[in-house]
Amino acid sequence: MATTRILEGLGRFYIVLLLGFLYLPIIIMAAMSFNASPFYQLPFEWTTDWYASLWQNDQLIAATWNSIEIAVITTLISTVLGSMASLALYRYEFRGKKFLQALLFPPIAIPWLITGTAMLIFFFGVGIGRGLIAILLGHVALALPYVIVVVSARLQTFAPELEEAARSLGANQWQVTMRVTLPWILPGVIAGGLFAFAVSFDQFVVSYFLSTPGQTTLPVEIYAAIRKGFTPEINAVSTIIIVVSMALMLLTARFFKFGGEK
Amino acid sequence: MAGVQVANVSRSFGAHKALDDVSIDFADGGFYALLGPSGSGKTTLLRQIAGFDFPDSGRITIGGESVERVPVEKRRIGMVFQNYALFPNMSVADNVAFGLSVRGEPKATIAAEVQRALDLVQLGKLGGRKPHQLSGGQRQRVALARAIVTKPRVLLLDEPLGALDKALRVDMQIELKRIQREIGITTIFVTHDQEEALTMSDRIGILRDGRLVQEGPPEEIYDRPQSEFAATFLGDANIFRGNATGSGIKLPDGTTIAASTGASVPAGARASCAVRPERIQISTGAAKADPANANTLKGQVSKRIFAGNNSTYFVERDGQTLKVIVQNTGAERLAEGQPVVLSWSPDSTVLIAA
Repeated sequence: MATTRILEGLGRFYIVLLLGFLYLPIIIMAAMSFNASPFYQLPFEWTTDWYASLWQNDQLIAATWNSIEIAVITTLISTVLGSMASLALYRYEFRGKKFLQALLFPPIAIPWLITGTAMLIFFFGVGIGRGLIAILLGHVALALPYVIVVVSARLQTFAPELEEAARSLGANQWQVTMRVTLPWILPGVIAGGLFAFAVSFDQFVVSYFLSTPGQTTLPVEIYAAIRKGFTPEINAVSTIIIVVSMALMLLTARFFKFGGEK
Repeated sequence: MAGVQVANVSRSFGAHKALDDVSIDFADGGFYALLGPSGSGKTTLLRQIAGFDFPDSGRITIGGESVERVPVEKRRIGMVFQNYALFPNMSVADNVAFGLSVRGEPKATIAAEVQRALDLVQLGKLGGRKPHQLSGGQRQRVALARAIVTKPRVLLLDEPLGALDKALRVDMQIELKRIQREIGITTIFVTHDQEEALTMSDRIGILRDGRLVQEGPPEEIYDRPQSEFAATFLGDANIFRGNATGSGIKLPDGTTIAASTGASVPAGARASCAVRPERIQISTGAAKADPANANTLKGQVSKRIFAGNNSTYFVERDGQTLKVIVQNTGAERLAEGQPVVLSWSPDSTVLIAA
């Protein structure tokens, strides 16, 4: 009895330690974004000045909008393309399918630094060069494997008789997909979409390679700002990003749980 | 409604001949069972008729219209799957409505037809439920309602009762038969359960290794099997193998068995005889000379299985174990080890060409 209680106590302590390790730096940063002193001096003095001056920082705001736009478009493109690819891999047997499926995983493991360099060389080679279009293309390429992996995992739980049943009732391929298959894989599609959004919105390395001074994303802009000199404005914008990212990840987790039910 | 003709249909998967020159006529409005062990090709045949798969050669017609290259969604068939395949994201009513809805029928028509179909399967009040809230028997009924609501030309059932427990199965057999009669739809029903095939269908087709072994009404197949396989797969049978004599067969030990039904086999050729266990009389005394039970054999009871209304005796005779089923009439039961005489009529003996 006593040992169980000690072990339980240790377990709880460990979790607190783990969460502290994960969140303490973030909490301090978020707190400092509301602290009046630009040099992290205490005592803490509440202010929203940094958020206000952030609002005046046109460059940072432009980069934020770029990031949001690119993330949304990346999500749309990679979710649609990725889901279609997953369906094709699920439904059809063709030569080299196994090979193709195997090729989908390495991009997730290849360091972004290397992918970024490769993309930069490639985009210059084909004449796209750097800029928002290049960033968008790069992000779609990065996000696609995530979507395919997540949607394919969901498709593994789909009973193929359901498509046969729908066809026997007179449904054509489009109706089968939209009314039977898609509703089933929807949690996977949404989770895949959230992954794609996160991959794009949090992307620094590849974006850094592909951006130009006028055409850049928020993480790249933050990095540039830090190099010029650190201001609590960065804390403010980082706090906003953390809130958005965490909300997205919580949503993802929720949809993954949906995927586990039924 | 329409009849279905399958003519010389063959289908191979790689080197495996799943269907080998199968021809069957499914009469309009009939209830047909395709019976066979697993791997016999019965499900492959059903999938050819449904249109999920196309034959390598041969013709399939539904209502006289050639369909062997028409995909399933254009064949106007209704199908009930082994695991029901209900759409999990839809309510019972939406499941049933699916076929009408993809056709673009007006909402009011759909609602009325769905209600009628659900009433027919006695689930009129459960339209709002989700499939996972239903019992196995109820899911089965929903699957049936969904398959017939579109007024298909033919109803195909792939081992539809396989997932149900025994008692529910018997209920559903009766129910399925009632519904089939009520709408008069041509029904083709795949099963490996011989009892189900016997009790439900107007005609049975027995398949083995991709070939149609025998086809006909249940009584005919049971009483006059044309092969040892048909005799033993549909019901139980005692098989004797020997050489044809013209009026029966002669066993290797010289015993003759007279047969007055079945194939005609030229004298001297290899042949077998099949006798149903319930057609054999078993007695302890010396056999009376009774022309009605002209076939007699001596043996020894090796085992008795009591099943209430009847007993099954296993009788050892010349290295062969024979099965005899005796109704429980209150007569004395025989003990294991007891010497007995078996006798039966030539009319109950079916001659089968080897």
